[in-house]
Amino acid sequence: MLSVRDLRRPGLVSASFDLADGECIAVQGRSGSGKTLLLRAIADLDPSDGDVRLDGVSRDEMFTPLWRRRVTYVSTVPGWWADAVGAHFHEWSAALSLIEELGFSADCRTWPVQRLSTGERQRLGVIRALMLRPRVLLLDEPTSGLDVAATAAVESLVVLQLKTGTSCVWVSHDESQAKRVARRRLVFEEDGVRDVLL
Amino acid sequence: MNYIPINLTDLAIAGSLVLLNGGLSLVLQLRLEKQLLIATLRMIVQLLLVGLVLTKLFALVSPLWTSLAALAMILFAGREIMARQERRLAGLWSYGLGTTCMLIAATLITIFALTTQVRPDPWYHPRYGLPLLGMILGNTMTGISLGLHTLTTVLVRERDAIEAQLSLGATRYEALLPSTRAAMRSALMPIVNAMAATGLVALPGMMTGQIIAGIEPVEAVRYQILIMFLIAGGTGLGSLAAVMGGAHRLTDRRHRLRLDRLGPPDDAD
Repeated sequence: MLSVRDLRRPGLVSASFDLADGECIAVQGRSGSGKTLLLRAIADLDPSDGDVRLDGVSRDEMFTPLWRRRVTYVSTVPGWWADAVGAHFHEWSAALSLIEELGFSADCRTWPVQRLSTGERQRLGVIRALMLRPRVLLLDEPTSGLDVAATAAVESLVVLQLKTGTSCVWVSHDESQAKRVARRRLVFEEDGVRDVLL
Repeated sequence: MNYIPINLTDLAIAGSLVLLNGGLSLVLQLRLEKQLLIATLRMIVQLLLVGLVLTKLFALVSPLWTSLAALAMILFAGREIMARQERRLAGLWSYGLGTTCMLIAATLITIFALTTQVRPDPWYHPRYGLPLLGMILGNTMTGISLGLHTLTTVLVRERDAIEAQLSLGATRYEALLPSTRAAMRSALMPIVNAMAATGLVALPGMMTGQIIAGIEPVEAVRYQILIMFLIAGGTGLGSLAAVMGGAHRLTDRRHRLRLDRLGPPDDAD
């Protein structure tokens, strides 16, 4: 279980919520309200105050790289550090089934990252994070550049992960997507963050 | 020794070349004459002053005054490093990091050379110490400037890639390795090129000077090789310390990339 208590940083109103194993929470709010900052703060990518725990263990007691492998942030347009797609995956063969499931052919291993569209980067970015088998996925509008079919494929992939006990914080602009993937939502408002049951 | 001294008449004859350039600039309306005049006067005044200072220092052979002169050289070079950065570290770090690394690297290498290889008597004699320091300093300064410049530029440009690696559980050292590698490569590029091309493309200034002063070429070459080793050592150590220090400062203990510790971009350039 992920528990967030009074998480604060400049540009972010204080947020508190619990997330059970296998649960997905949708994060909503107008742009600039701090949704991305919330995810980055949970992943400890930016300095923040507050108490964030996974199964009772505070992130401050954990080696940060290990924390991020358990609580993994996927940015809206994920970054790439090597030239070829395959170099971003530790075990290509293990990733292959997911990669094909999201509509890529096996030969995309040698594709230059430069050639990928935004939507392709988003899909491969989600797979790259799933390969770590994180306990919590922090998804920042992972389908903003995808068509309906690809969006459905990503959603069903994540829902499948939820069934294995992975939980998910999913930032989405899309009301119907929030209803499809989550039963709860965090709504960012002027005076704070509201925790709403859908 | 067959050293040929130069008198003021010789200088005046050679100086007429600059006057010729100035005259051509006036006739052809190139508008270079003013800049040329200022640069020429600066060169004359600065060199005359250095000549006076060195004469005084050589007469004194005082550890105190020699180290004060050395310190002044290092502080000037530190300013140069800072001025050449497009994105500086915020606060005292902008001047402090490059200057400290240069101070340590150049001082250590110079003292090492004076006490174990050149061995003048006394070892701190300014006739040897200051020229050696000057040569090491000039090259170390270039290396540190290039290294820090490349580091900050690459970190800003590759921010998404670095944070993607951090998000997936890389340590700050793993995530920054390509950037620190690029920074070190550009820091060492000039000295590597200089060593590879020296003797073929250009004769190094110090060796040329010794040859004109009457030293046998073989002796001058040996001296030049020594200097090249010292320069390479100083540049490598100084740049490594500055790049590692910069990478350390721009990340934190929680393995975050901290570009907020960079000052605002320099719009003046």
